[in-house]
Amino acid sequence: MTAQSWGLLALFLAAALLCVKPLGLYLARVMEGEPNPAARIGGHLERLIYRLCGVDPGAEMGWKRYAIALLLFNTLGVLLLYALQRLQYWLPLNPEHFAAPSPDSAFNTAVSFVTNTNWQSYVPETTMSYLTQMAGLAVQNFLSAATGIVVAIALIRGLARHSVRAIGNFWVDVTRATLYVLLPLAAVIALALVSQGVIQNFSTYRQATLVQPVTYSQPATDAAGKPLLDSAGQPVLSTLSTTTQTLPMGPVASQEAIKELGTNGGGFFNANSAHPYENPTALSNFIEMLAIVLVPAALTYTFGHLVGDTRQGWAVLAAMLILFVPLYALCNHSEQLGNPRLTALGADQAASALQSGGNMEGKEVRFGIAGSTLFATATTVTSTGAVDSMHDSYTPLGGFVPLLDMMLGEVVFGGIGTGLYSMLVFAIVGVFIAGLMIGRTPEYIGKKIEAFEMKMSSIAILVMPFIVLTGTAVAVSVAAGRAGADNPGAHGFSEILYGFTSAGNNNGSAFAGINANTPFYNTILALVMWLGRFWPIVAVLAIAGSLAAKKRIPVSAGTMPTHGPTFIALLIGTVLLVGALTFVPALALGPIVEQLMLWSR
Amino acid sequence: MKNMLRTASVLLAAMVVLLGVAYPLLITGVARVVFPAQAAGSLIVRHGRLIGSRLIGQPFSDRRYFWSRPSATAPQPYNGLDSTGSNLGPLNPALLAQVHARIAALRAADPGNTAPVPVDLVTASASGLDPDISLAAAYYQAGRVARVRGLRVAQVRALIAAHARGGSLGVLGDPRVNVLELNLALDAMK
Repeated sequence: MTAQSWGLLALFLAAALLCVKPLGLYLARVMEGEPNPAARIGGHLERLIYRLCGVDPGAEMGWKRYAIALLLFNTLGVLLLYALQRLQYWLPLNPEHFAAPSPDSAFNTAVSFVTNTNWQSYVPETTMSYLTQMAGLAVQNFLSAATGIVVAIALIRGLARHSVRAIGNFWVDVTRATLYVLLPLAAVIALALVSQGVIQNFSTYRQATLVQPVTYSQPATDAAGKPLLDSAGQPVLSTLSTTTQTLPMGPVASQEAIKELGTNGGGFFNANSAHPYENPTALSNFIEMLAIVLVPAALTYTFGHLVGDTRQGWAVLAAMLILFVPLYALCNHSEQLGNPRLTALGADQAASALQSGGNMEGKEVRFGIAGSTLFATATTVTSTGAVDSMHDSYTPLGGFVPLLDMMLGEVVFGGIGTGLYSMLVFAIVGVFIAGLMIGRTPEYIGKKIEAFEMKMSSIAILVMPFIVLTGTAVAVSVAAGRAGADNPGAHGFSEILYGFTSAGNNNGSAFAGINANTPFYNTILALVMWLGRFWPIVAVLAIAGSLAAKKRIPVSAGTMPTHGPTFIALLIGTVLLVGALTFVPALALGPIVEQLMLWSR
Repeated sequence: MKNMLRTASVLLAAMVVLLGVAYPLLITGVARVVFPAQAAGSLIVRHGRLIGSRLIGQPFSDRRYFWSRPSATAPQPYNGLDSTGSNLGPLNPALLAQVHARIAALRAADPGNTAPVPVDLVTASASGLDPDISLAAAYYQAGRVARVRGLRVAQVRALIAAHARGGSLGVLGDPRVNVLELNLALDAMK
């Protein structure tokens, strides 16, 4: 690893950690309805929304009602987003006159954005109208993020409260998270991104005259659009030339900001955050990475504050940081080492004052190895899935890291809200294991962990591996699934495994060579995304409800402290054990085989 | 349940108006006033004609110009409507064949130059629209460009140095140069 790579990591972690306490505290105030500056400005709007919706903000819900409201709201979101896409041709703000995407693609996209996955099987700049992007996709970027936050807050309430049935009011929680947290932060980030060159307009696409005309060849087709073949059966190539370049336009910055802040990851353009209009400079890259971890990191403090012991939050954050650094280091080291096959061909991959060197296939020069690998790590330990480099072209171990990040359940910072609640579920499992070892009733934050919590925790944790591995197994067993792989051999298997891991964890990044815009993948991945999102959410809300109803047991000599190094080690151990044991066989068939092949002579 | 359905529908509608219409319009309005050039796409206009964007790379293959990075967009390189990387894995024979051909083309255009080729000059970028090449890749091409244009190598190297960027705060950004701007500066040289 270069000094620059370490320096970037240090700057990144310092900036993120500086925001943890102030933002965490602010989140706690806002979500608990305490007086705060944003509510003084936005209070009228908040009350207007409650009046329109017929919501009594004082009426709280039990966990079942909370879960039903959440599922209903998100299901309506899918229906609306599906309709918007299918009707976009007839709706305004479609300057390029894009037709509707196919039904299976529209369905996949609708589920994808509502579940905070933002897996994209389409090419946005030639598919989605401005209206679909801003009033459809971007709205779900906000609302899926708010959904994540409120589930985390509900679980925190379950731990913080005692002897009550209610865990909050879903409508109020979603409104506050959106209005006071996501919207103002997104606005600030959007303008910061515009200052760097991210576009924000409603123009039609612009035609530029190239400085040097370009000649290129493409397969010739007959009148029916079928490719022409020569006598040897090879496609006939026709040579064309063009003097223009089309520059895509659109309201990008407003969507880019919430795409990162809400750990969504759905690009305005196909190349996502690698596109210069989404991410034009090293500084915009830094802002986007920071936006990704901002709220997930701060929620650990919110948790500590609301349960009345900030050490509990710091312990969870410490476990996350300890996992983060080696993951980044491995990814960065592998990519900086480069591809030995390219060196053999005469390419210079050594880092110097004049170049970043390393494996630059699928990477942008302005980000280099450090900015690309830190982004890749940040986007996959959280549920973001935005990419500023193409993970498919990573070296085997470099690409192994994003895959492993997701397989660990996205608990290192994690998705917005999902990261914290998933980590707390691991904490519950951890204290249970510890309780078994020393023969005591396990407890966490003053709450007894009993059979019901353990059942729900097991469901929350095991759903993901179940659907990921089953889905991968189905896909490699049928022709429609195998047809999706773009690269030959072990790497092709990795593409399919990565696709299901990404969908099951609601990440949305891809080994993007995979051709997933087929009815088979659109349907099965939509199913995986939906189950991977809402099955654990219902289980977590059930835990929240059950914990809220329990009495608080006072700390005694027999209580295992859950803020010290022992607990942190236990938590990390639980995460690694579950993740590693579940996925090692699958990983051995993909990146590990490939690594052995790459470096063998 | 019926009540809930009404609440959910109205809340969703309110959020669409607020987040999907008011928010992007507000950002567009502010951006247009505060950062008009950036919001419009950092466009380069010469003699009333749009010739590109400072941020979006263009293909160059003439020996008089600095070449850009390879682009995997289809059908033509640097197609603004198809931003994409190659997505070829590190062992894919297609990748190795492409890199081999690119190195051969660079060497054929500059027969005397036997230095190893900077990796970014023979690998496709992530977006297919990368506006930059590394400083190493620019200096690698300096001799060829100088010879074809009848300039001194020192002149061309000075031009590269004048356009060099990178290393804000010491760690942000890698050593690089914007190819379109560099080539426009070349054309402007007498």
